[in-house]
Amino acid sequence: MSATIEEVWAALEDLADPEIPVISLRELGILREVRSGADGLEVVITPTYSGCPAMGQIEDDVRSTLKNRGISASIVTRLAPAWTTDWMSETGKEKLRTYGIAPPHQTPAGSSVVRFISQPAKAEAVPCPHCGSSNTVVSSHFGSTACKALYKCRDCQEPFDYFKPY
Amino acid sequence: MSAAVDYLLHLADNALVLGQRNAEWCGHGPILEEDIAQSNVSLDLIGQARLLYQLAATLNGAGVTEDQLAYFRDTHEFRNYTLLELPHHGPLSAYASSSLDYGTTIVRNFLYSALMALLWEALEKSANADLSAIAAKSLKEVRYHLRHSRDWLVRLGDGTDESHARSQAALDHLFPYTQEFWAPSPAEAAAIAAGIGVDLNTLKADWDAIVDAALSEATLQRPALGGYVPEGKKGIHSEHLGFLLAEMQSLARAHPQGVW
Repeated sequence: MSATIEEVWAALEDLADPEIPVISLRELGILREVRSGADGLEVVITPTYSGCPAMGQIEDDVRSTLKNRGISASIVTRLAPAWTTDWMSETGKEKLRTYGIAPPHQTPAGSSVVRFISQPAKAEAVPCPHCGSSNTVVSSHFGSTACKALYKCRDCQEPFDYFKPY
Repeated sequence: MSAAVDYLLHLADNALVLGQRNAEWCGHGPILEEDIAQSNVSLDLIGQARLLYQLAATLNGAGVTEDQLAYFRDTHEFRNYTLLELPHHGPLSAYASSSLDYGTTIVRNFLYSALMALLWEALEKSANADLSAIAAKSLKEVRYHLRHSRDWLVRLGDGTDESHARSQAALDHLFPYTQEFWAPSPAEAAAIAAGIGVDLNTLKADWDAIVDAALSEATLQRPALGGYVPEGKKGIHSEHLGFLLAEMQSLARAHPQGVW
């Protein structure tokens, strides 16, 4: 008997991101949809950064998780609409914070490139995930991965990663 | 090849060549944070190149793959801007050699990111839905490239006498190469006519505004333009692209069909 859409969701519910294992692919907003296609069930995933080395691993993880549960489904990669950090669940953001990564702010609405550059938006304070202080400063726009920036807390002096709005 | 394929190759070659060039900093960055930043920018660019080559390969058909497009085309078949293939230092003559100059890297990344931020935004309205999807993703990434290179442009330009002089020299060297942006190639003209591409001259005023605001903050002088207009996007390149491609393509060519 073939699996149902609910069974596929249940199988993938706890599948973690390979880079940040405290958050699940579903909470990250990478797992978009499970649907029935012409040739059976399809799992729709939307890639994050174009060059993210974890994307291949994520697809392999989804495939092997389903296989281990005896579920047959194909994986469809969908680019549009583009993945955004706004799809991250509130639970997921809280898990990031507990793990020591400041979760992303909401992406700015309707900001065109020219406005973005001529009047750089006053940078929103990024609260320190360790002590909660908003007295923080960016050290580098790129952290350990493309999706993160490196910050430092001026109060507790701890460095931390900030998951950038995308 | 169709107008769409030619145009996609131009966009893809730009991303791949600059991604490969900037990756030369991996392990050699002036400070650890910048080493990591350039590697991350390269990852984004090579990721964008892959999406574009995959789309070009699909539209082209006939069994062409993204790897064939990246690794088995020669210098004259590459359609990137000449600006992007130049080494990370100023002009040299004869057998002179120079070490990597971070001012050159930052100036080039800034001039190119400012263009691509505008172009990806405009390409979201491309008649080709797949290109539009790639543009929407790439726009999110290039905004961080632009923010990064603009911040460093200001830091170097408005920094010490040495950093100011080197970034001004890099700007004087590289700025004339941007003239190539505004002279449409036949491939671009065909893509614009088909509604797939964007006429860059419609973006020039915004590019000038971004560049002038940043140069002013960086206390750098905008160089005068004139002289030779490069034609890299028509396949006429400087002597530097061949060396870059040789390094990038040699492994794939030594082991054709290799899988790892």
